[in-house]
Amino acid sequence: MNRITNHQLYRLIAAHFAEIIREPAVIFWGIIFPILMAWGLGIAFTQKGEVHFKMAIIKTTNDKDTLHETKLAGYLTANGVKKDSMYSILLKNEKLGDVSLAFFETSWAKAFTMLKKGEISLIVEDGTTDTKYHFDPASGEAKTAYQLVSNLSSNGSASYSANQTSIEPLTLKGTRYVDFLIPGLLAMGIMMSCTWGISYTIIDRRSKKLLRRMVATPMRKSNFLLALITARFSMNVAEALLLFMFARLYFGTTVQGSWPALIVLFLAGNIAFSGISILISSHTSNPEVGNGIINALVTPMMVVSGIFFSYHNFPDWTIPIIRYLPLTMIADSIRSIFNEGAGFIDVWREALVLTSIGLVSFVAGLKIFKWY
Amino acid sequence: MTDLEYIVDVRHVKKSFKEVQAVKGVSLKIRQGEFLALLGPNGAGKTTLVEMIEGIQHPDEGEIFIEGKQWKNHEHELHQVIGLSLQETRFMDKLTAYETMRLFASFYKLDTLRVDEVFKLIGLEEKKKAYVNNLSGGQRQRLALGVAVLNKPKILLLDEPTTGLDPNARREIWNILLELKKAHNTSLLLTSHYMEEAEYLCDRIVIMDQGTILAEGSLEEILKLGGHHSLDELFITLTGRHIYE
Repeated sequence: MNRITNHQLYRLIAAHFAEIIREPAVIFWGIIFPILMAWGLGIAFTQKGEVHFKMAIIKTTNDKDTLHETKLAGYLTANGVKKDSMYSILLKNEKLGDVSLAFFETSWAKAFTMLKKGEISLIVEDGTTDTKYHFDPASGEAKTAYQLVSNLSSNGSASYSANQTSIEPLTLKGTRYVDFLIPGLLAMGIMMSCTWGISYTIIDRRSKKLLRRMVATPMRKSNFLLALITARFSMNVAEALLLFMFARLYFGTTVQGSWPALIVLFLAGNIAFSGISILISSHTSNPEVGNGIINALVTPMMVVSGIFFSYHNFPDWTIPIIRYLPLTMIADSIRSIFNEGAGFIDVWREALVLTSIGLVSFVAGLKIFKWY
Repeated sequence: MTDLEYIVDVRHVKKSFKEVQAVKGVSLKIRQGEFLALLGPNGAGKTTLVEMIEGIQHPDEGEIFIEGKQWKNHEHELHQVIGLSLQETRFMDKLTAYETMRLFASFYKLDTLRVDEVFKLIGLEEKKKAYVNNLSGGQRQRLALGVAVLNKPKILLLDEPTTGLDPNARREIWNILLELKKAHNTSLLLTSHYMEEAEYLCDRIVIMDQGTILAEGSLEEILKLGGHHSLDELFITLTGRHIYE
């Protein structure tokens, strides 16, 4: 036993591990924060509750007592609850969920300010005889609000509240937003933990001349890197397990596919990002430069790789590129195992590509690695 | 051929960085058990010379022998005989002093007996369980020195080991070094900004500026060069500057 605890690889792993677990911020950002994010986003996008749309309504004359003679004005006067200068309407539907609409009666100037602040998505110009709608056609929320309001003014509340027999709401596991989110967060956890945990640690220790001090001893350089990767991998396992257990208990998340495939993929993801982390931290000794390099790598992938929302909204020509980003490959594959019942046969290619990316990056990183 | 009377034998070494010639044909020998101070203002070439002896820079010309061996092909053996303490090294903040020492001991395959011996030598036994970031500047330097002597090195390379320390902490380091010399016949190459340190500790003093050696010898010998009363005076005469500039 003493021989093992005196071995340099054991002591290096123990040292890296102690550095991680003795830093309270690491525990918060590595473990608690992803769980909070899963909880917050899962609640926000999964719970069936009222959907709110807020809009401004502008009268084009100075008549303050009525909302003119348009159909919308008539509808609001008859069905809306008026409080101060706001009309509110509640539309009920068991299948679609309830929708609340708030109309703020205001001026053009104030309406534009509210639009710029994101407080409203639609401006309704209510004339004496007709209604005009002002909104950004690129905004899905604005388009939905427009369709709802224009439908209401033409057909009344029944247009929304009718019992549409053609609609069958999906409540299957694997189709909820949280089922999309949790695999994405697991994938993102691997990337963030490796890049910050490995790259930043290397750059920081290089800047403090600790690497130089260490290589002036008979320490095996490969042991140093192996220990850093091992300690980080252990933390990644703990972080992923805790996040999964939370999702299992709170949201009832299940793994419909193969656990061995999931484990292989998790390992491949860690190899990929460990290798990439060694490569990107192979040269600089300036932590601020390191910060920039890490951000330049992780931020685009976090945005485009479909962690929080599907990447299929991006232009068609970008999809083949996005699909082969390491983070996308991990997120898509974990998602297919979680939600589509995928097995090893469905994800082995991704696991192989991820492992290759990791090994090639590791070897390239070592070739140009600066120890001092 | 190498002369084994000397633990370090530097022969006509030159080193340039782009347009700057940092070391211009320096030769230097250190005997086993000898303490040598390398003095010079910033930019004199001291650090480059020490880094070449340490093996992390390679001379453009000339040769360096440590215990009769060159760095090429003997890296592993030479790491075993060299001890090193760099002025700016910061160990891992969240490791204890003891864990830090054990980590470095593991690189030399040393057990906890040696670790305990070194803690006694550097007088940090009461701080074994303290995190590195809770140690004072002097305690950190003693820890760095402890790490440097773990492997009972034949040659100790110390880069400004007492810079920034108060006089008491400085004297504690000096006493440890003198004890090492007595007990293990360790050789020392020390770079310093403190004349007093060189005078107190070292058998021989080398003054460098602009990549060359300006004077070399025991304190008495080099003070005789032009009848100076102190190293400070001599230094100003030779370089036109104070050592701390």
